[in-house]
Amino acid sequence: MKPDLELYDYWPYEGRPKITWPGGKKVAFWVAPNIEFYELNPPANPKRTAWPRPIPDVNLYSNRDYGNRVGHWRMMEVMDKYKVRGSISLSVALIEHHPEIIKECVDRNWEFFSHGIYNTRYSYDMDEAQERAIMEDSIETVMKATGQRISGWLAPALTHTERTMDLLAEYQFLYTCDLFQDDQPQPVKVNKGRLISMPYSLEINDIIVYNSYNATPRRYGQMIKDQFDLLAEEGKESGTVMCIPLHAYAVGHPHRLAAFDEALEYITSRDDVWVTTAREIAEYYYENCYDTCAADIAARKGD
Amino acid sequence: MTVAKEYLEYPLRRYGMDQDFYEWSLLVKRPKVKWPNGARVALWITTDLEFFPLDQPAKPFKAPGGMVTAYPDLRHYTTRDYGNRVGIQRIWRLLDKYKMKSSVAMNSKVAERYPYLVKKINARGDEIIAMGVDQGKLHYGGMDDAIEIAQVTESVNTLRKLSGQPVRGWMSPAKSESWNTLKHVKNAGIEYVCDWVADDMPFELKAPDNAGKLWAMPHTSEISDRKIIIDNKHNEDEFVEQIKDQFTGLYKESAKQGGRIMSLSLTPYISGLHYRVKYLDQALGWLAKQKNVWVATGSEILDAFKSQ
Repeated sequence: MKPDLELYDYWPYEGRPKITWPGGKKVAFWVAPNIEFYELNPPANPKRTAWPRPIPDVNLYSNRDYGNRVGHWRMMEVMDKYKVRGSISLSVALIEHHPEIIKECVDRNWEFFSHGIYNTRYSYDMDEAQERAIMEDSIETVMKATGQRISGWLAPALTHTERTMDLLAEYQFLYTCDLFQDDQPQPVKVNKGRLISMPYSLEINDIIVYNSYNATPRRYGQMIKDQFDLLAEEGKESGTVMCIPLHAYAVGHPHRLAAFDEALEYITSRDDVWVTTAREIAEYYYENCYDTCAADIAARKGD
Repeated sequence: MTVAKEYLEYPLRRYGMDQDFYEWSLLVKRPKVKWPNGARVALWITTDLEFFPLDQPAKPFKAPGGMVTAYPDLRHYTTRDYGNRVGIQRIWRLLDKYKMKSSVAMNSKVAERYPYLVKKINARGDEIIAMGVDQGKLHYGGMDDAIEIAQVTESVNTLRKLSGQPVRGWMSPAKSESWNTLKHVKNAGIEYVCDWVADDMPFELKAPDNAGKLWAMPHTSEISDRKIIIDNKHNEDEFVEQIKDQFTGLYKESAKQGGRIMSLSLTPYISGLHYRVKYLDQALGWLAKQKNVWVATGSEILDAFKSQ
């Protein structure tokens, strides 16, 4: 183990080169529905148990499945209402399990990125060949089903190895959602090639808000609006990124939909927001911001 | 530390589910359901009547609401018992006020210990759902099969004998099942279970070893006083608000997608407390004023569902 994987350099939030999003927008806003599959009886992992209760943990398993059977549709309809395309954090095996959901997302031109094969298979301690195998499986399976070459990665259940970022760059992923050090994208230090960290969120994420902070739906709606307001204000100095990560098994319950609906209405009615996808943010960043930001980071090293 | 080769093998990566208990199905794609008298939402109120033994075993885990301190934990034992003595009466008074039926998920030990409650449930015309023997006798993966059969038999037979009701529904204590729970409850003549929360409508379950089919009834873990007030620590106003929001969401959806079920799960030692009852009164009073609501028991809702 190491004290720091040195994936990025310290870079003060003030005085950075100005990012201006397309159309002069201040906040690049994207929504990341996690469409996940949790196995009832996955192989045991020495570092983490999949379920808190003895297998079969039918109550929690079925709670997760509610997202796919019931909640997804509700969440998707709210997003349709405000013309928000999702950037899907996908348990890749869901392509085989629930192709009906995949088709709906393809029809809406949503982006897919990989969240591993299952959310019950953890990357800890995988050797290089194994980690390559899940990346190759992800690239090929999503390509075959959707025609999209995936650009992004959110490690399954946020489980990593020391080499995850290097491998992502080698496979020409554009971005990782696994790093939470900032509200702007920035270069990740990899062996070869390029990779950026894409601001995702473990704060305004429905699972964190509902299951860790135990917030009410209205409180969640208010948190989303408050976060947007601040990032829009700060975005005048240099463009920011805001992501709402979702899980249909959380946000897709009837008593939670109205607050989410109001929050999306609030954000999409603003004139300083670029409603987009993670891939589009990454592409724009590589084209317009990567070099100046990398140069500034290098110049301010040791500031 | 290395990761075994099998860890990257996916024998159940296939269309549908990764288990054989139930089939994959999108709620939105199913035929519309019609409830009696043109109701759009079937309101299924359940209360839990539980016995937490003082010597509750911690293995494999303690049922929520169980003993906390070293033995004898009189403070938790008696606060739970408060629900069976005082709290449930307050809930029943409110249900009477609004002429609402309910289903009662009950440990068989409660029926044995407090026959008064069974009499009262029968007098109200409420349904008894078998909730195992007591909150210390869980069902869980890896348990001894003979013990589980004995627990199911004791629970179902005792409740049938003491209540005279058919007892068609089952809720495992703490909603925890073993691989064989469905088989054993099916063999005991149970028709529906409340442990599976994958849906807002009933769906079919297959008991293992070709023991036959049961129904999963959508008993909520969300719109429950335990989840909202105890786990989430929301206040009573917020509890009422989420009940209303749940109803409003389901009611709206029913316009396009057909009848829906709203499950409201109450725990007498939580909702039946003095300072909380008036908020439950607000919630039930609001629900009673809504149009096109059918307040029914689990069995009544299931029968209406199956008849279509």
